[in-house]
Amino acid sequence: MSDDEQKRPTNAGEPEPSAEGDAAKVDAAKAKAEAAAAARAKKAAEEAAKPAWERDPVAPAIEDASDDPLAAGLREAHGASLEHAVAVGGELVLQVARGEIREVCQSLAEDYGYRLLVDLCGVDYPSRENERFEVVYLVHNLEENRRIRLRVRVPEGEEVPSVCGVWRGADWCEREVFDMFGIRFADHPDMTRILMWEGFHGHPLRKDFPIEGIDTGAAIYPEYYDDAAGPIGGTGTGWKPSKAEADQAPETTDSGKAGKE
Amino acid sequence: MSPEKTPSSEPLFGLEEMELNFGPQHPATHGVLRLRLKVDGERIVDAYPIIGYLHRGTEKLFELHPYFQNVPHTDRMDYVAAATSNLAYVGAVEKLIGMTVPPRARYIRTILAELQRISSHLIWLATHAIDIGAMTPFFYTFREREVILDLFEEYCGARLTLNCMRPGGQPYDLPIGWVERCREFIRDFPSKVDEYEGLLTNNRIWKQRTIGVGVLPPEVALEYGVTGPMLRGSGIDWDLRKAMPYEAYDQVEFDVPVAHNCDTYDRYLVRMEEMRQSGRIIEQCLDDLPDGPLMAKRPRVLKAPKDSETYYSVEGPKGEIGFYIVGDGTPNPHRCRVRPPSFMNLQVLPEMVRGQLISDLVAVIGTTDIVLGEIDR
Repeated sequence: MSDDEQKRPTNAGEPEPSAEGDAAKVDAAKAKAEAAAAARAKKAAEEAAKPAWERDPVAPAIEDASDDPLAAGLREAHGASLEHAVAVGGELVLQVARGEIREVCQSLAEDYGYRLLVDLCGVDYPSRENERFEVVYLVHNLEENRRIRLRVRVPEGEEVPSVCGVWRGADWCEREVFDMFGIRFADHPDMTRILMWEGFHGHPLRKDFPIEGIDTGAAIYPEYYDDAAGPIGGTGTGWKPSKAEADQAPETTDSGKAGKE
Repeated sequence: MSPEKTPSSEPLFGLEEMELNFGPQHPATHGVLRLRLKVDGERIVDAYPIIGYLHRGTEKLFELHPYFQNVPHTDRMDYVAAATSNLAYVGAVEKLIGMTVPPRARYIRTILAELQRISSHLIWLATHAIDIGAMTPFFYTFREREVILDLFEEYCGARLTLNCMRPGGQPYDLPIGWVERCREFIRDFPSKVDEYEGLLTNNRIWKQRTIGVGVLPPEVALEYGVTGPMLRGSGIDWDLRKAMPYEAYDQVEFDVPVAHNCDTYDRYLVRMEEMRQSGRIIEQCLDDLPDGPLMAKRPRVLKAPKDSETYYSVEGPKGEIGFYIVGDGTPNPHRCRVRPPSFMNLQVLPEMVRGQLISDLVAVIGTTDIVLGEIDR
């Protein structure tokens, strides 16, 4: 409608419209707008009458959920460590301060019955200025059959308190997050790589890790393999003889083995 | 070896604990699982699983391909149960984008997922029994598994890496005569399960090798995030098909078997009953199979909104298999995390084998029903 009115005066050569003509045009425009609105409503009604699978997909809405009883209860107990609460398509997602995550998880598990840790994973957002990573906790309450997500933002090089003491199943998940993203967990009983081999450099699921991989060189197990010859060169067996073995049988590894037996 | 022949001065006797390497290439480890065992004679003092030998970076690969092209990657994770991995992935994408699947596709998906559950449980039974020393069930179960694989082959052309679902619906309708052939198989299947049970359930050796072996108390199972038949074998009645029904599971009647002795034998009973219940589900789905379209209205290129995220999971044969997807407005997922059931279930293994014999370890690995392709991804 406004487009029509703005375009009209630019039409050079046409005489200046009279007052009556103006009114007529406004009426016409109004009628047009009404018709368009009716058409839109009809289309919406048609769309709604269609079965769900013929409608255009609509992504789940993200709503504020700070008045959710669980979020309110946690805020009361932990104050500002609960940064914000949203509901994504009806599922509660809480953003928790990094330092307080263990306390929040503890009270979720003990006071609210979230006894099953479903998943724990990391996400890399390289575009974020200083809090590059996010650790996501997915917990489930079997009695209420309710599932919520917790998110913690982590800057590069910072540690997250481990939740192994709350759910023991977090052990391997946290090791995997460390392996894939390089996020360390404080007080974890065994903070080592889990899927990549020990001695591997880099964290593959970081966005800046190249998909074709990196040249890790021959020194995969520098304590075992010959640095220059790599895993299959050198000693023939692949294993670098230990110092004691080398002293015992300086000529070949085979006789070293026999000597041990 | 007599003491005077020993060149080293290390004592041969009086040795109490030793470390033993088990795997990664051992027929009883169901793939490339490696365990470091601390043993006292034949008894296991502690176990430390070492995984990652089959790591292929699937989660990294997901980030490089559009949503539609990622379905085949999910086949290669749990390679004996590709259909349920497909189902979890396409369900997650549908939830992220907000698509609704037409009813006929939902029923077909339910049938495929349950056939897959049966075939996965058949593999479990065959390998579990052969590990313990019962050779015969292997041939019986592979006979039925062959029929299921033939049904899959007829439907989508593949037997193992199925790629049989798409975000938004099903790619193909059921071929002519498929329903009848499937019905025929399901009609005979309970008698086949009776055959397997006749070989094992009251077999004295089977009972001696499984009763009281690998006990997993319910509170330990929960604490470690164990799901699926492992959790139900420990007395916790939790099944995603009942708790959060998806596809056509709210339209069919079935029971969730639960056992309370928490040992290997009870988990065996749970899985056997699950196979019968899967047969019931398939039968009802075949009876009620609705007509109609197979594919929802969907854009040619799927794009998830910026900063959208979702988690969706289904009850796979091994437990809860889920996908956590983060969208960033491009046709590729920003992050696609797999929640692998075997990964969580394997983690509890040391708890189950402490104090047991090494030969029981083999039974416990069998009863956890792990697939290393999914653990290592």
